[in-house]
Amino acid sequence: MAKSIDVSDLNIYYGDFLAVEGVTIPIAAKSVTAFIGPSGCGKSSFLRSLNRMHEVIPGARVEGKIIIDGNDLYGAGTDPVAVRREIGMVFQRPNPFPTMSIYENVIAGMRLNAKRMKKSEADDAVEKSLRSANLWAEVEDRLRRPGSSLSGGQQQRLCIARAIAVEPQVLLMDEPCSALDPISTSAIEDLIHDLQHDYTIVIVTHNMQQAARVSETTAFFNLSAVGEPGRLVEYGSTTKIFSNPDNESTEAYISGRFG
Amino acid sequence: MATRTRSEHPPVRRGDRIFSATALGAGILILLILAGVAIFLLVQGVPGITAGRGSLSGRDSFWAYVGPFAFGTVFASIIALVVAVPIAVGIALFISHYAPRRVALALGYIVDLLAAVPSVVFGVWGITVLSPALVPIMQWLEDNAGFLPFFEGPTLTSGRNMFTAGLVLAVMILPIITAICREVFLQTPRLHEEAALALGATRWEMIRMTVFPYGRSGIVSASMLGLGRALGETLAVALVLSGSAIYTFNTLAAENSGTIAANIALQFPEASGTAVNVLIATGLILFVITFAVNYTARKIVDRRSEFSGAN
Repeated sequence: MAKSIDVSDLNIYYGDFLAVEGVTIPIAAKSVTAFIGPSGCGKSSFLRSLNRMHEVIPGARVEGKIIIDGNDLYGAGTDPVAVRREIGMVFQRPNPFPTMSIYENVIAGMRLNAKRMKKSEADDAVEKSLRSANLWAEVEDRLRRPGSSLSGGQQQRLCIARAIAVEPQVLLMDEPCSALDPISTSAIEDLIHDLQHDYTIVIVTHNMQQAARVSETTAFFNLSAVGEPGRLVEYGSTTKIFSNPDNESTEAYISGRFG
Repeated sequence: MATRTRSEHPPVRRGDRIFSATALGAGILILLILAGVAIFLLVQGVPGITAGRGSLSGRDSFWAYVGPFAFGTVFASIIALVVAVPIAVGIALFISHYAPRRVALALGYIVDLLAAVPSVVFGVWGITVLSPALVPIMQWLEDNAGFLPFFEGPTLTSGRNMFTAGLVLAVMILPIITAICREVFLQTPRLHEEAALALGATRWEMIRMTVFPYGRSGIVSASMLGLGRALGETLAVALVLSGSAIYTFNTLAAENSGTIAANIALQFPEASGTAVNVLIATGLILFVITFAVNYTARKIVDRRSEFSGAN
């Protein structure tokens, strides 16, 4: 189910503006890869290019190659809709569908894939996904309540349940805890820990302790000056990046000294 | 503190006080105007409700007199709504989610321009252009869908029937419905749209999952505003339709139900005495119908407010 990703020489543009330049990185299957770096360095743009969410912004495009399990993500015959069904995404702010109940939120993605679903199948899928997201115990008696009635941390776990309900190969997380309190953050980090046995996870985070806690591989992005494109400075095992990085700017960023 | 003696109330800034007084004044004013209209309708209309045969064009009671017109009003408005709402939603969706920005902008202006056309122009256009143009379509409907009570026929050769009146009304209410729907659709949170897209929704699926549910109450409100305009529209209907006091679902034939507003406009110049009161009483009925429509719409919108995304 989980798949590895190979990115080579990727440039990301917004119109004529080159936002990210020359990213080459392998992302291992069934592991957690964290992207760290200052704001505006292109980590989120890069993350969004991994499931072609990038291109929903008018004028945005990419150059270069992303290969997922031998398939070219940006190949001529690749349907972005199909790509997004395989590569799930969790956003910075929890975004359950406000017009749907908790139950409907979880199976929203499955409904897209299979229009006709038996009631029992749907029930099972909802329970399985919510259990995987460590949310089942908290919501099992109010599945018909609106998703927006939950707390922020619960909503984010609902979004994760929704994303994994379709059993994607890769799960992308764009600062999933930045809007949450420490307790909810800890719940999500535990969840990421459990999920990596089944999924390839890529997470963008501003919280370096979080990167150190959850990831096996860390990639550091930086930009040399405002207006310059962001670049991948280096990547490696999280232990190495946090203890003995090759690049000086990585060390400066991690230790809190900038520039 | 110098003003310690009056510290029971927190201090209020002058700007706040002026603003709240202005807002309160405006709120009271709208209630006064509404009450004034209602009182006028009641005082002048009640004698009409109890009027005798002489002032009722030969009808036995006021209710027998107003009934067909009330029916015609609602019927014409519903035709307009049924035709206009799907088109308006389609245009609004095209402008908000499909068209390139420049096309969307131009189309938006054109739709707004349509709202600025005076209703008398629509009426004249309905008589001279639309009704003759529609006759072949009506004929076709009569031949092929004549089993439906709406298209029983026989088709009026001038084309100036309920069918045309309904379509003219539809064109008239199209801009307001489109404009509101477009605004509502544009306000769909980007976050929700992206959530749908990230699950692998196509654009149409994304619209069904996020834009429509989010804009549902907006579509209902827009339709009700359109319906309100259609219910009260006078000139266009008065010009196109020669309404009579009958009940009929047949939209194609020569005999059509009139509408309250058009009836008032056509009869008022020649009315005198109690007949004036009768016409005002029909206006009161129209007021009640419009009020009921708005109230119902509000109820529909409120029913699932918990799921509206407003919380």
